[in-house]
Amino acid sequence: MKHANSIEQSDCYSSSITRQTFLRLVLNGTATLSFAAAGLRFGIAEAMAQAPATVEANVIEVAHGVFVHQGRHGVYAPDNGGDICNTGFIIGDDAVAVVDTGGTALLGAALKARISTLTDRPVRYVINTHMHPDHVLGNAAFKADGCQFVGHEKLAPALLARAERYLAYNKAAVGEKAFAGTEIVLPTVGVADHHEIDLGGRTLALLARATAHTDNDLTVRDEKTGTLFTGDLIFSGHVPTLDGSIRGWLKLLAELEPAAAERIVPGHGPAAMNWPAASAPVKRYLEVVAAGVRAAIASGRTMRDAIETVGESERANWQLFDEFHRRNVSAAFAELEWE
Amino acid sequence: MRTKNTRVRTRLLGVLTIVCAAAMAMGSLAIVTPSPSVAQAPLDDDVWPGIRKELYAARPIAEDDGTLTLEAPVRADDAAVVPITMRVPASMAAQAKALTLVIEKNPMPVAATFTYGPAAGNGERMISTRVRIDMYSNVRAILETTDGKLHMVTKFVKAAGGCSAPALKDQEQALAELGKMKLRLHSQDQSPIVQEAQVMIRHPNYSGMQMNQLTGLYIPAKYVEAMEVKRGDEVVFTMSGGISLSENPNIRFTYAPGGDNEIVVTAKDTDGSVFTARHTPKGS
Repeated sequence: MKHANSIEQSDCYSSSITRQTFLRLVLNGTATLSFAAAGLRFGIAEAMAQAPATVEANVIEVAHGVFVHQGRHGVYAPDNGGDICNTGFIIGDDAVAVVDTGGTALLGAALKARISTLTDRPVRYVINTHMHPDHVLGNAAFKADGCQFVGHEKLAPALLARAERYLAYNKAAVGEKAFAGTEIVLPTVGVADHHEIDLGGRTLALLARATAHTDNDLTVRDEKTGTLFTGDLIFSGHVPTLDGSIRGWLKLLAELEPAAAERIVPGHGPAAMNWPAASAPVKRYLEVVAAGVRAAIASGRTMRDAIETVGESERANWQLFDEFHRRNVSAAFAELEWE
Repeated sequence: MRTKNTRVRTRLLGVLTIVCAAAMAMGSLAIVTPSPSVAQAPLDDDVWPGIRKELYAARPIAEDDGTLTLEAPVRADDAAVVPITMRVPASMAAQAKALTLVIEKNPMPVAATFTYGPAAGNGERMISTRVRIDMYSNVRAILETTDGKLHMVTKFVKAAGGCSAPALKDQEQALAELGKMKLRLHSQDQSPIVQEAQVMIRHPNYSGMQMNQLTGLYIPAKYVEAMEVKRGDEVVFTMSGGISLSENPNIRFTYAPGGDNEIVVTAKDTDGSVFTARHTPKGS
C-alpha cells in the first residue's frame, strides 16, 4: 500500500493547526515515521499469512501524546485497502486508548504495531466513534488483548443489524486478502450519556450524542490537550455522509461550536483542524441540502426530482460528491417530509 | 439463497427470511457500486418466467404497448428507498383495473398491487411509491385492464441491499412514532379533472430478513399489508403490499375530484394494527 508522505500530508492541515505544533511535528520526526507491519508479531496470523506484508500506519502527533493516522478520501477499494478514515490513539502514563481502528483487521494491526513503537503502555481501551465499517472493522486486531471496547450504547444494536452486509460488501470491495481476519467486534462498554477514561495522568471524556451523522455518534475529548475526536460529525474534503438525521446533525453542530477545543480530529480530512472553523463547511453543506429539500417538499416536488436538483451548488466544494450526495438528499427528503 | 423454482423460493423466503437483509454498507463506506459477486445475479438466472407463471399463468402479456409507463432510476441512490412512479395515460384510465409492481429479484417479488375504484378518475392515473431493491433487478409494472388483458413495462435498476430492514436510521424514533400518518393534498384547485395527494405512514415495514448475524435471530416480519384510499365513500384504490415497500410507506396518487373531496386512508399491518388518516378540505 502506498501512503502519502506525512510531511506532504502536513501541508493539508498546516493551516489548521498552530505553526508551533506543525514545526514540532517536523522537528521531532514523528511526522515521518512509518512502520511496516506488524501483523506477524501482533496476531492475526491467518491474515498475515495471505496479505501483503507492507500495511503501514503513518501517524502524526497532533498534540502531546495524541497521534492520528490520516486515511485517504475514498470508498473501500483494492488500491486503498480500506484505509479511508482517520484513526488515532492517546498515550497516558498507564495505558493507551485507541480511537477508531480502521477499515480492516490488517489496518487495526498496523495501528497497533505503530503504537508499540511509541510506548510500552498497553492498549486498554478501543473506542469507536460510530458504527461505520471504515472506523470499526479494525477492532478485530485488538480482540485478543482483553481491552475494553467502548462505544455509544446504540452502537451494538446498530452493528448487529448491519453486520452481515458490512462484512460482505466491504470484503468484496477491498478484496479478500486485504480483508483477512476482519470481523465485527462489538463494544463491551456502552455509553448512554457520558463516560470518563483515566489513562494515567490524563482523562478522556466521552459523550454519547443524539442522532446526527448516525444514531450512535460518540465524541472523545482528551482533557489534557483539549483535543476533540469528533468522528464523522466533521468531514473535511470528503463530502459529509448522512446516515442519521440532518436536523439532529445541524442541531448538534450548533451545540458543539461554542465548546472550546484546542483542535479537533475529524473522521475524514486532515489529522487536526481548528475549532470551530472546521464546522463551517459541514454546516454549510447540510444547510444547503436541508433548505433545498424543504423547498422541494413545500412546492410538492418529488423525492426523485429533489435528488436530481438539490445541492448542486456544493459540488465543487467536496470530493466523492457523486458517490454520496444524491443519497444524502434522498435521506434528507425522507426525514424532512415528516416535518 | 435463490433457486430457480420461484414458488419454492418465494415460500422459503417469505416464511424464513433470508439474506436480502441489511442496509447497504453506507455512510462514508457506502458501496455505491456493489461488487458484481455480491449484487448481481448471474445472467442465466432468469426468475421472471416463474414469477409470471405464478401470477398470471399462461395469460398473454403485451409489452411496451403504450398503456402505461414506469419511471425508475437506472441506479438507486439508496437501495432501501428507491422512488418508483407508474402512470396510466388518460386515454387508458377508464379501462384500468389494477396495477401490480414486481421487483423480480426480491425475495417477495410482488411489491404491491393497486386495484382501482370508481374515484380513481378518468385523467392520467399516477401512483408513485418507494421500494426496496435487493439486487440488480428488473422492475416490472403490469396493468390489468377491464377486458382482462395484461400490459407490462420493465426497467432495470442497479441497486443492492435494499430489502434490508436496518435501513432505519434511527430505530428508536421509528418505533416510537409507529402508526403516525400524514396525508397531504398536492392540488388544492378543485377544477382540474385530476387531483393529487400523498399518504405517509410511520412504519418500519420490517422485511423479516433483518438477520442478526451474531445471535442468529431475526426481527419478525411486520409490514403494511393492506391500504384503502377513499374519496368520500368512493374507493380511489385498494392496495395489497409486501415487504418490498420501503419503511415509512409513502404513496402519492391521483384521483378524481368530487363531493367535498374528503380523503380517507385506512391501512392495516400484519399484526392487525389499523391506521387511519383523513383529510377534509378547509371550508367545506
